[in-house]
Amino acid sequence: MSLVIRNGYLVDPANGVDREADLYIDATGFVAGIGEKPRGFKPEQELDAGGCIVCPGLVDLRARLREPGLEYKATIESETAAAVTAGITTLCCPPDTNPPVDTPAMAQLIQQRAWRYEKAFVHPLGALTRGLAGAHLADMAALEEAGCVGFSNALEPIRDTAVLRHAMEYAASFDLTVFLHCEDPWLRGKGCVHEGEVATRLGLPAIPDSAERIGVSRDLALIQQTGVRAHFCHLSSASAVALVTAAREQGLPVTADVTAHHLHLTEHDIGFFNTQCHVRPPLRSQRDRDALRHAVAEGAISVICSDHEPHEPDAKLAAFIAAEPGISALETLLPLTLRLVDDGSMEMGRAISALTSEPAAVLRIDAGHLGVGATADVCIFDPEAEWVLDPDQMASRGTNTPFAGWPFRGRVIQTLVGGEVVFGPEPVRCR
Amino acid sequence: MSPGIQLTEQGNLRHLLTIEGLSSETLLNILDTAESFITLGRREIKKVPLLRGRTVVNLFFEASTRTRTTFEIAAKRLSADVINLNPTHSSTSKGETLLDTVRTLEAMHTDLFCVRHPESGAPHLIARNVPDHVHIINAGDGRHAHPTQALLDMFTIRAHKGEFRNLRVAVVGDVLHSRVARSQIHALSTLGVAEIRVVGPRTLLPREIERLGVRVFTEMDEGLRDVDVIMMLRVQRERMDGAQIPSEQEYFNLYGLTEERLALADSGAIVMHPGPINRGLEIDSAVADGERSVILAQVTYGIAIRMAVMAIILGGSEPRRSRLPDA
Repeated sequence: MSLVIRNGYLVDPANGVDREADLYIDATGFVAGIGEKPRGFKPEQELDAGGCIVCPGLVDLRARLREPGLEYKATIESETAAAVTAGITTLCCPPDTNPPVDTPAMAQLIQQRAWRYEKAFVHPLGALTRGLAGAHLADMAALEEAGCVGFSNALEPIRDTAVLRHAMEYAASFDLTVFLHCEDPWLRGKGCVHEGEVATRLGLPAIPDSAERIGVSRDLALIQQTGVRAHFCHLSSASAVALVTAAREQGLPVTADVTAHHLHLTEHDIGFFNTQCHVRPPLRSQRDRDALRHAVAEGAISVICSDHEPHEPDAKLAAFIAAEPGISALETLLPLTLRLVDDGSMEMGRAISALTSEPAAVLRIDAGHLGVGATADVCIFDPEAEWVLDPDQMASRGTNTPFAGWPFRGRVIQTLVGGEVVFGPEPVRCR
Repeated sequence: MSPGIQLTEQGNLRHLLTIEGLSSETLLNILDTAESFITLGRREIKKVPLLRGRTVVNLFFEASTRTRTTFEIAAKRLSADVINLNPTHSSTSKGETLLDTVRTLEAMHTDLFCVRHPESGAPHLIARNVPDHVHIINAGDGRHAHPTQALLDMFTIRAHKGEFRNLRVAVVGDVLHSRVARSQIHALSTLGVAEIRVVGPRTLLPREIERLGVRVFTEMDEGLRDVDVIMMLRVQRERMDGAQIPSEQEYFNLYGLTEERLALADSGAIVMHPGPINRGLEIDSAVADGERSVILAQVTYGIAIRMAVMAIILGGSEPRRSRLPDA
């Protein structure tokens, strides 16, 4: 049924829209008009978004859904449902499922299941190497045919530089994007925290920031040589950010993202072994965090993602190094980003673009914007609503979060996918 | 997630997990209490009934003879029932196993666990997941902390040097991998010594160690000059296989404590070592057995310190009111 979203404040960075405007959606789920009612358009239903911001549905560049293989942690059904409660309508999942996404069948399975639940859209990344083992190239062209939007070795290192070079050359031949996790495996060793004051105090094996810097340097040299389009995942250190910024200025085809938690937490949040702060890459120093914030505000890092990793409770009930890394982060992606707007680190428009149009551009998918003719994936949130995160109230199967008890301002009221309300109150019939 | 987990609401010691965050009053109280237990060991009947009817479990996930023995003797001299357990532990085994082990033993009405574990933070994890009437003493976790060792070291220093305030102390060796060093540094700084130095090659010193309030020396001679206390650390021979130390010989030449080097320290300086000693690797036999060495006194004091910690933790608490059916 056709729909009008009235009285909302529309923020659509891709189209330069930042004003109060009604949004008209046709019966097939596409945007029919903005502000002015299109000629002859008669909405059958309406939503009142007074006091709310209406923006494109969020595109999360990296979220683990745990299916197939790790269904005891979460499922595609549970996590796509959790995503839409947080305004996220498109998810990109890395290939480190079990088995990994290195066959077209696996890529299709994930998409078909997501499609069946009719919540968020799911786009898989394919494996860059077979079994993520870093030795043989995966069948990239076939995987792309099966719907993979990019290629990644997830968190597994490719130690052999020649293999990485060939993977990049091969991807470049077919105009595919590679997603890189940069970390020198030898410097990482058995490390689980940033090499700094906290690691020293707690006696935890540490990862120096040079591990990331070396990883980025190596990969940049190969990107330059192969000309592949590349995306750097979850940068964590000031020095790596500086390298990527410089490469972009030189015109290399590279983009980068940062996780919302790296923009808020530092090594000091680990306190006395808080395993909820065990993440990869590790939380680094305040100086690093400030550099990441600056790079996002300036656009050198274009995307903020959740890096969602839901876990069962036992995964975190272990000594710090033995606890599994990761945060259940879908539901804090928008709230943590809005915090950066509240504290003056960035403008609302930039914040929304980092969650919508920019990740869509990295994935080269048609999403993250609300121009006429676009799919009506919409996030409606009340920027003034105050609330406190209670893990027991989380929609994700994983309730592992270091943000329990944090006060937030800004909460999703409704989420629409293809013009249908998938979260929040249903629209009412027009009189 | 604060050091507060170690203290009750009244400020009494509930667990001993790390020295970090404890007040100098708390530390001095432990030292004073240990003083009263020192003479006990010299009596014919070495027992006091302070912990009669209490159950102490020494839960050692990492091999140890010396430390476990001193914990066992300490508990027995306080008349507690003591059980020693050495669960096999592979680094891949998960935390559930650790907590399951603890929960099983807790269901047998254990009052106190003395825990040694190869992973930093394991005693914190246990302390957060036991009921109020169960207490934890950290007997060494990973590279993190070994608080009773640091306390017996402080006891030794006080016994030989008196006041802490004017002392210059050098901690020498593999600070990076040492839980002993971390606890010593916290204890020394809480007790207000004049200067704490760490001495070793950069490969064995953790980054930003200066933030713990220490001065860093990579030259042994410089680091020892005019110090009052030399605390040697054990260098594990395993380290020689890696890229952190070129050879035993080079290490001894650069950082071994010899009589010539000892002469650079204050004339009244004492030499300490947590044991077991690697003679000829970190310390020369002439020094280890020399008149300035207090290494064997440390072992004796270790029992008194562990008695004091157990007595303070369990003595200050009411015996458990059983929530479980009696066994």
